[in-house]
Amino acid sequence: MSDRAESVVFWIFAIPLLFSAAWVVVAQNPVNAAISLVAAFFFLAGIYVLLAAHLLAFLQVLVYAGAIMVLFLFVIMLLTTGDEEFHRVRLRFTQVAGAFGAAGVVAVVLSAIYQLGDGEMPRVAPDFGTLKAVGRLLYTQYLLPFEATSLLLLVAIVGAVVVAKQRI
Amino acid sequence: MVPASYYLALAAVLFGIGLVGVVVKRNMLVVFMCIELMLNSANLTFLAFARRLGTLGGHAIAFFVIAVAAAEAAVGLAIVIAVFRTRGTLDVGEVTLLKS
Repeated sequence: MSDRAESVVFWIFAIPLLFSAAWVVVAQNPVNAAISLVAAFFFLAGIYVLLAAHLLAFLQVLVYAGAIMVLFLFVIMLLTTGDEEFHRVRLRFTQVAGAFGAAGVVAVVLSAIYQLGDGEMPRVAPDFGTLKAVGRLLYTQYLLPFEATSLLLLVAIVGAVVVAKQRI
Repeated sequence: MVPASYYLALAAVLFGIGLVGVVVKRNMLVVFMCIELMLNSANLTFLAFARRLGTLGGHAIAFFVIAVAAAEAAVGLAIVIAVFRTRGTLDVGEVTLLKS
């Protein structure tokens, strides 16, 4: 892909990504926030493809936009009773201070990135980021964390049932 | 080529948006969604550095982050349901059992 086309695609994904991510915070209704978060995950998957992370882009859509957000929407539908009003509450001082603190964190990180320099991307092998390459890495060098992940997921399933169930 | 710093800056801004949401929002579910946003920005940083260095280690870590996020979402939403059942509210300001 030519340089210019790549940067155009980058901005096509990056700007809606930032807007939909901001809407997650701005939206008053949690359902709107969840839908906007799904959109943000899709745009982020596009950015992943630009970074030659094809497997991760696929997983992003499948696991995040598919599984996790459906779980979120289920819980929102379950817990939001419908008659509660989404009025704008007055922000407390701690919240405003926290928001400014977050902005400060971002400013520090951005200045650090600026000092890091541009960082030209090198050419990578054609199988970079594909299922084959990442899978080989996961099953050799990262085999123990990979197996530990399966245990983690099992614990999460059991824990979720135990916590959410009324009577065990 | 889009330089690596653009991706890193995008991830930083995304993390900031998530952080602001965690601090400002009162709804427990929205706070949770903002945490997911922050996890995703960390993933973007991993992938940008993996692309910059030409190694696949960042991809493996991002894979584990997604798996941990799935587990965290399951357990966290179960906790949200449990809190809603006992208190009838999703406001994070109302859950102050340890404060008294």
